[in-house]
Amino acid sequence: MIRINNFIIPLFSLIIFCLLWELLVWYNNWPNYKMASPSDLWPAFWKFKHLFLIYGWETFWRTVLGLILSVLVGLILGILMGFSKTIRIGLYPILVGFNAIPKATVVPVIALIFVGMHNMNTIIIVILISFFPICVSISIGLSTLEKEYEDILLSLGANKFEIFYKIALPKTLPEFFGALKVSTTLAFIGTNLMEIIEPHGKGLGHLFDSGKISADYPLMFAVLITLAVMGIFLYYIVVYLENIFAGWAIRK
Amino acid sequence: MHINIEKVSHQYETKQGMLPVLKDLSLSIKRKGFTAIVGPSGCGKSTITRLVSGLIKPTQGSIFISNKKITSPLSTVGMAFQNPVLLEWRNVIKNIILPLEIVSKNMTYNQKRLNALDLLKLVGLEEFENNLPSELSGGMKQRVSLCRSLVHNPEVLILDEPFAALDAFTKEDLWDVMHKLKKERDFTCILITHDLREAVYLADQVIVLSGRPASLQYDVKTNFNEEKKISDLYSSEVSQLLATLRNQIEIAQNKND
Repeated sequence: MIRINNFIIPLFSLIIFCLLWELLVWYNNWPNYKMASPSDLWPAFWKFKHLFLIYGWETFWRTVLGLILSVLVGLILGILMGFSKTIRIGLYPILVGFNAIPKATVVPVIALIFVGMHNMNTIIIVILISFFPICVSISIGLSTLEKEYEDILLSLGANKFEIFYKIALPKTLPEFFGALKVSTTLAFIGTNLMEIIEPHGKGLGHLFDSGKISADYPLMFAVLITLAVMGIFLYYIVVYLENIFAGWAIRK
Repeated sequence: MHINIEKVSHQYETKQGMLPVLKDLSLSIKRKGFTAIVGPSGCGKSTITRLVSGLIKPTQGSIFISNKKITSPLSTVGMAFQNPVLLEWRNVIKNIILPLEIVSKNMTYNQKRLNALDLLKLVGLEEFENNLPSELSGGMKQRVSLCRSLVHNPEVLILDEPFAALDAFTKEDLWDVMHKLKKERDFTCILITHDLREAVYLADQVIVLSGRPASLQYDVKTNFNEEKKISDLYSSEVSQLLATLRNQIEIAQNKND
């Protein structure tokens, strides 16, 4: 019953959302170049279904690969900062400053450094935009580990590595997954920034850009909705992994 | 395993400078003995547990377990704290076998589990083998924590106020559990506590520490009965002992001021 509800309730709210959206456009009598309605989206989508498939896949794999790499970068930095106060104090201002820079401004810089290497550029932007929450959550989780947890293993003569993978790491997993959810949605922003801004881009961002150039507003909306659907899909994959690895922290 | 603390002084570095917590503390605990250490709060009782377990080294003096000087943590020591510090992601049995994963790496999982089950039965929790800590009450968590501190058959058990956060009746239940464990496993035990009744009921020796920096102030045997029962706590003999101890604590507190 709970499983069915978990599916039915979100579906129901989605349908209501679309109905309200349709109603809003219809009531105001907006033309589709001002605001497309849900009923305009499907034709736009169907017309370019091959492009959606090809570009959608491109955007998707770049996002996922970038996300996996940003988890690695975030984990490594987070572990270093969690265990060493010196590294933490040293790196925080740099990381915070780095995170404060709007990533749209970094796109041309990256594009100039690695001219033409579009895949790599996109993935770099994804990493830059999504590693920060992971890094912060891991470092905070590790540095706030209660002393008694360490003591029960230290008093038996355990080494630092044993304490890390038997206690510190599993204890930090709930925070890690919380951050990963934020990073997952950020990652799509990263891919699309690069795809839209870079002139010879590919992927859904490029499709959005061509919609803009050819004034095909329903197409632009269809791209946005596709991105939203992909975001939801990836988010629930993270939720699924969270249930497996950190299910103990979720209250039933 | 008898424990000798010889002329131990210890100080911590704080922002205000060095803070002496122990000064020339000497005491000995006999083999298989059960010693309770009481004293005003903040007098350095927990420091003693960290020193005996080898987690920290004394600034001066030395500690010996069976005439061997302690310089680093020993796998023959078990510890339990006021906070049960169970690993929330492991079920009860896997929490208990944690020390075996460090100390007896060659043991098979099944052997570890059987060892843990023996203890679980002793504390009356064998049905909860597969439960997560979040599904247990405070008293049950503390029982699991006791099992974990004993699973590797330590020769010294160090208890740092393990019953302090429990309600009065749960506490008394756990005192009896402790009696049972002591009888079955027979380890040397050091108990840090604020509860004089607990000290008198569980231990055969009670030590009162003076205020900070702490040294030995009072040392008394409490063998008023071979097999102690809760009702013994209301006898006149025990009442007198409790009054004496209370008085000693007051003296210690005045020193602290």
